[in-house]
Amino acid sequence: MSAWRFVRRHVLDAYALLALLYLFVPISVVVAFSFNNPLGRFNYTWQGFTFKNWAHPFGYPGLSGAIKVSIEIAIFSSIVATILGTLIALALVRYRFRGSGSLNLLIFVPMTTPEIVMGASLLTLFLNWKIPQGFGTILIAHILFNISYVVVTVRARLVGFDRHLEEAAMDLGANELVTFVRVTLPLIAPGIFAAGLLAFALSIDDFVITYFNAGTTITFPLFVWGAARVAVPPQINVIGTAIFGLAVGGMLVNVLLQNRRAKAAT
Amino acid sequence: MGRFFHRSRWATPYALLTPGTAWLLVFFVVPMYYLAKMSLEQGLFPIFSFGWAWHNFSDAVTEFKPQFLRSIEYAGIATAIALLISYPLAYWIAFRGGRWKNLFLLLVIAPFFVTYLIRTLAWETILADDGVVVRVLKDVHVLGADGRLLATSAAVIAGITYNFLPFMVLPLYVSLEQVDPRLIEAASDLYANSAVSFARVTLPLSLPGVFAGVLLTFIPAAGDFINAQLLGTPQQYMIGNVIQSQFLELRDYPTAAALSFVLMGAILVLVLIFARALGTDRLTAGAAA
Repeated sequence: MSAWRFVRRHVLDAYALLALLYLFVPISVVVAFSFNNPLGRFNYTWQGFTFKNWAHPFGYPGLSGAIKVSIEIAIFSSIVATILGTLIALALVRYRFRGSGSLNLLIFVPMTTPEIVMGASLLTLFLNWKIPQGFGTILIAHILFNISYVVVTVRARLVGFDRHLEEAAMDLGANELVTFVRVTLPLIAPGIFAAGLLAFALSIDDFVITYFNAGTTITFPLFVWGAARVAVPPQINVIGTAIFGLAVGGMLVNVLLQNRRAKAAT
Repeated sequence: MGRFFHRSRWATPYALLTPGTAWLLVFFVVPMYYLAKMSLEQGLFPIFSFGWAWHNFSDAVTEFKPQFLRSIEYAGIATAIALLISYPLAYWIAFRGGRWKNLFLLLVIAPFFVTYLIRTLAWETILADDGVVVRVLKDVHVLGADGRLLATSAAVIAGITYNFLPFMVLPLYVSLEQVDPRLIEAASDLYANSAVSFARVTLPLSLPGVFAGVLLTFIPAAGDFINAQLLGTPQQYMIGNVIQSQFLELRDYPTAAALSFVLMGAILVLVLIFARALGTDRLTAGAAA
């Protein structure tokens, strides 16, 4: 009886643990194979341990250029999308106006459109308008798919906002602009920052829409795609592991700091 | 500036929303118009002319019916498996995570900071013919001597399931986290056992999360072509593979455009059926608002 109770109590724990382990199986393969010393051009079977790939992370032709393009596009597109999306979120939460229903729909629909359809439709536009595909068209596409995600993220922060704080500022003689800059903006800044990070992550990982609109420009995911057909250099695993380490490390510090603060507050 | 804000309050929201909305109109709505126009054109690359060629749609559906059905099948199975994996995990984080909720959520999202394509290539390594998994399965005679995992439907479905998992876990977590524990206590005070209180209280309250998770997993899964390309063979190709090759390799733009609209239409119909089945009709309106 007590054994049965023990199993019943812990079956969910075990299930959750297994699910978390499952999530990390492919990641451990990526990390492990960044230390592999492949014989041929393909990095699929384990041959031996080496630090060689980490010593020369860009030691493969075209790789560093692709990473540079990816980072540039992620920076520009996340900044522009964050500005445009934040303004829309402010309009939607703060004001009642005609057409807000249609605007909500216009923001919702791109998020539920399959990437391949969005990529194909953009390419059709660029072909019709005879715009050559390249860096510019990738940037346009990334700003487009990021706007909706920024609006949703910032809006979530704005909805839980205490408007009395703004009223207090106005009572103390601040005009609308000063109130916005000194009160509203600092309070919603974490939401804007989170939206910007999300946009950056979505941009740097995007393959499908970029694939349709890149022309001859190569981003990091496009480089991996091209490489997968002729060779898979272990440097790809090194870069993948490095991006993973930086992102997770940063978030881990953030979570632990929050936890410490929460503990100190109680 | 202050005067601008004050005197023309009615204009302020429009000033705020115009730049972003213009971007969405010019680069989302206008392209959809061109794609719709393209789907009704005829001719051969590079000369197409408009002619209300509705037969593009019937031709496309007839010719690529297997890929359409396969997309729905693979995406449906992958979504169901993702739900089975994610619901207990999200439940566990929401109700047993305590102070470490955010850390566990981070662990769920973390793997997806490895680029999509690299994750899929990692599955290729795991399922490879000379890999550990295949060897073990052969040793225990689950797989025959010449059995394979790579290049099968199972491999493609496994890849899709894994790649879109956070889209399932996060909405489930959000809706489970909002369930007021007092409601569950109330149910047990009224002599419901844990199974009954789950079925009658927790599960119904988490249905919005189930709906959002299924939507966010099924839509990208149905349009995906990377998993079929890297983990499958042409026998596993989905409609995404067809659209991609029609557009970028064969340059039959009208067929590719028609296929795109059929895919969107099929997804819309399935989502509406699912919403009705789940009794969440009003949720779709809620999600849009």
